[in-house]
Amino acid sequence: MEQTVSYTLDSTLETVDHAEEKATRIATELGFGEDEVMQISMAVREGAVNAVLHGNAYAPDKKVVLSFERTAEDLVITIRDQGKGIDLGGIPNPLAPENLLKTSGRGIFLMRSFMDVVEIRPSQTGTEIKLIKHVHGQSAGGKEGSQ
Amino acid sequence: MSMKLSVRQVDGVTIVDCSGRITLGEGSVMMRDTVRDLLAKGNKKIVLNLGEVNYIDSSGIGELVSAFTTTKNQGGELKLLHLTKKVHDLLQITKLYTVFDVKDDEAAAVKGFK
Repeated sequence: MEQTVSYTLDSTLETVDHAEEKATRIATELGFGEDEVMQISMAVREGAVNAVLHGNAYAPDKKVVLSFERTAEDLVITIRDQGKGIDLGGIPNPLAPENLLKTSGRGIFLMRSFMDVVEIRPSQTGTEIKLIKHVHGQSAGGKEGSQ
Repeated sequence: MSMKLSVRQVDGVTIVDCSGRITLGEGSVMMRDTVRDLLAKGNKKIVLNLGEVNYIDSSGIGELVSAFTTTKNQGGELKLLHLTKKVHDLLQITKLYTVFDVKDDEAAAVKGFK
């Protein structure tokens, strides 16, 4: 892939699938192993779900911007929506006994479980989620990563 | 690959063979509708065979939880059968593995109902 690729996507369920597919393809091209590709694609899927559902609330005039950047040591994925900004304080811990049987609220937890770094920046004009996975060993670009 | 479900009966137990993806949208809705339909028809001993489920997201996990609690609230019992490694790992990290009654053997799952 080029250093950075960026996509502007509609606030639809199809966008969630497309985001996951792009993440799978790019992570595979960069030489991540099968398990890491699954982790990256799932984290991106969950980020896209947040953007489409909770951020933009399916609004047709609002877009999701998804970008992938290959730096010297990392794959950096950014997902931006145009919603009102997520309330981080209002997200319950899905592992707490009282929340275990809730049917939602695991998306951000899964992102944090699967990626090396997750940064979430809410604002009044939208939320930006940055997902970072360190590149280990031989990458598809032929460079040795910093193990 | 989208989700496919097929229902069969074994010794009074309803086994739902699931394959494909349980994800936000069609897969989750199909799972929800199938379990609700079974319960409405009085089938309260349910096994979800997830042996051919190759992908599940947080919405899919939520549907499994919903199926479990809905069945339990209606006096029934729901077990999970043949978890793939991906689904097994997801249930482990979400601490749901010990919440569900998970079986590796269909006959044992069927016999395990009260």
